[in-house]
Amino acid sequence: MPSPKIQKWSFQKLIHHESVCGFIFSSPFIIGFLLFTILPMLYSLYISFTDFKITAAPLWIGLTNYIRMFTGDPQFLKSIAVTLYFVLVSVPLKLAFALIVAYLLTRKNRLDGFYRSVYYLPSLIGGSVAVTLVWKELFATKGVVNNFLSLFGLKTVFWLGDPAYAMWVLVLLTVWQFGSSMIIFAAGLKQIPVTYYESAQIDGASQLQQFFRITLPCLSPVILFNLVMQTISGFMNFTQAFIISKGTGGPMDSTLFYALYLYKRAFNYFEMGYASAMAWILLIMIAIVTALIFKTSDQWVFYESKEEK
Amino acid sequence: MLNPYRTRRVLYRTIFHLLIFLLGFLMVYPVLWMVFGSFKTNYEILNESLKLLPKVFSVDNYIRGWRGFGNLTFAQFFLNSFIITTLATAGVTISSSLVAYAFARIRFPGRKFLFACMMATMMLPAQVVMIPQYIIFRNLDLTNTFVPLILPSWFSSAFFVFLMMQFIQGLPKELDEAAILDGCSRYSVYTRIIMPLISPALITTFIINFYWKWDDFMGPLIYLSRPKMFPVSLAIKLFADSSSETDFGAMFAMSTLSLLPVFFIFLFFNKYLVEGISTSGLKG
Repeated sequence: MPSPKIQKWSFQKLIHHESVCGFIFSSPFIIGFLLFTILPMLYSLYISFTDFKITAAPLWIGLTNYIRMFTGDPQFLKSIAVTLYFVLVSVPLKLAFALIVAYLLTRKNRLDGFYRSVYYLPSLIGGSVAVTLVWKELFATKGVVNNFLSLFGLKTVFWLGDPAYAMWVLVLLTVWQFGSSMIIFAAGLKQIPVTYYESAQIDGASQLQQFFRITLPCLSPVILFNLVMQTISGFMNFTQAFIISKGTGGPMDSTLFYALYLYKRAFNYFEMGYASAMAWILLIMIAIVTALIFKTSDQWVFYESKEEK
Repeated sequence: MLNPYRTRRVLYRTIFHLLIFLLGFLMVYPVLWMVFGSFKTNYEILNESLKLLPKVFSVDNYIRGWRGFGNLTFAQFFLNSFIITTLATAGVTISSSLVAYAFARIRFPGRKFLFACMMATMMLPAQVVMIPQYIIFRNLDLTNTFVPLILPSWFSSAFFVFLMMQFIQGLPKELDEAAILDGCSRYSVYTRIIMPLISPALITTFIINFYWKWDDFMGPLIYLSRPKMFPVSLAIKLFADSSSETDFGAMFAMSTLSLLPVFFIFLFFNKYLVEGISTSGLKG
C-alpha cells in the first residue's frame, strides 16, 4: 500500500481538492478582476500622467494634466459645479418622493400592486435612449409642457435653450425615476414592527409624530443605502445629459455633467491622458462624498442592535 | 343614516385615491404620450401636442420607421441588440453564480481578500476602467465588434455575485454536506443542488442585466462606429439626428417597439423583479 505522503499525483484528486475547487469556481472573478479591473486601473493611472492622443505613443508629462484641470480649464471646474448642483438637487428630491409614495402605499389597499407598478415604470424605462428622446420632445418649445402652461396664460419657456432651465429638465427626468428607491423603501417599511405603532397610538401620538419618531428612525439604514446609491449614480449621469444636450452639455455648458465632459475629452478630442486624469479625480470625489455621508450617518442612522447595548 | 365620522373617512379615502391616481397618471403620461404619438401624424405631434389620443390610429409610422436608414432596417438593429444582450446576460448570470457559490460555501485560501476586492469594485466608477479598456480593445483590433460589449460580462459582476450569495447563504449547509457524504463532488453539488434552488436569483439577475444591456448606450457609442453593428439604443439616437427634420412619428414608433421586450419581461416576471430589487437595491 502506498503511504499517503508519496501519493501519486492525480488530476482527479487535484480538481476535487477543496481549495482548488474554490479557485476554479471563483476563477471568473479572479481572471476578470486582473484583466478588466487591475490592469486597466494601472494603465489608466499611468496614462493620466502622460500626454496621450491615442494616435501617437503616450508622452510622460508628470502632473501637468492634473495642474491643467484646476488652473487652465474652466470647463472642468464648470462640469464639477454642474454635477454637484445636480446631485444636491435631484437626489434629495428623488428620495423624498420615493419615501412619501412608499409610505402612502403601505396602507393595506387592493390597488397597491397596481400603483406600485405604475410608479416603478419610469425607473424601468426612463434611462433608455427612447424615453429620453421623448422627454426632450415634451419640453420642446411647442411641446406638451409649454402648451399646458399656456392653458393657464403662462409664457412659453425655452426649456432646452435657456441655461437657467435646461438643468431642470434633467433634474425632473431623474426625479421622475424614483420608483426603484420607492420599492426599496417599501421593503424597509414592511420590516417595521406593527407593535411600535400600536403602542404609540395608545400613548396618543399623532400620525405626524409617528412618522418622525418611528418611521424615519427605523428606516434610516435604508435611507442611508438609497442615499449612497443615488449619489454615486448621480455623479455618473451620462446618457440622459448626452441625449438631451445632443452631446454638447449646452446651452452654455449648463448641462455639462462630469461624465459627459470626460467622454468629450476622451472620444471627441481623443485626449486619453487628460480624460484618465479626470476619471481619477471622479474616483476621489466619489470616495470623499461617500465617506462624508458615512461619517455623518453616525448622527442620524439608528441601528436597533446599538440601542440594546 | 349617515354617520359623520364614516363620511369623513370615506371622503379622506376618496381624496387619497384621487391623489395617488392623479400622480400615477402624471408618472405614466410621458410613456402614454409616446405610445399614442406613434400612431399620430407628424402634424398632430407637432401642433396638437396636448391631445393624447390620435384622430385616427395609423400604423404608417411603424412602416416608415422600420425601414430605418441607409439600407439598414430596424430588423438588423433589433437582431444586434438581441445578440449583445442575450450573450452578455447569459455570461453574467452563469459566471456570477459560480463565483457566488465559491464565496458562499467553499473555504479556500485568499477567499476573504478576494471577496473584499470584489466589494471594492462596486464603488469604482466605470470611467476609471472605461478609457484603458477602450485603448486595449482598440489595440487588439476589436472595436467595431461585439466582443468588448460581451466579453467582460463573462467574468462575473460584483452586484450579482453579492445578490446570489445572499440566496445561497439562505440555504441550509447540511444540504451540501449530505450530498458530499453521498459521494457528490463540489461540481455536482453546484449543478444538482445549488443551481436549481437559486433559480429565483438567477432569473432576477437575468432580467436586471437584460434591462441594463438592452438600454446601454455608452458602451455601443464608444465601441461601435459602423451602423450595421448598432443596437437599437444607438440606432434610435442616430435615427432622430439623421435628417435635418426629425420624423417624430417614426421615432416614437421605433421607441415604442424598443421598449416592448422590457415591458413583456416586466409583465411576466414582475414578482421576481420587485423581490430582487428590494433585497439588492439594484437599478437606477
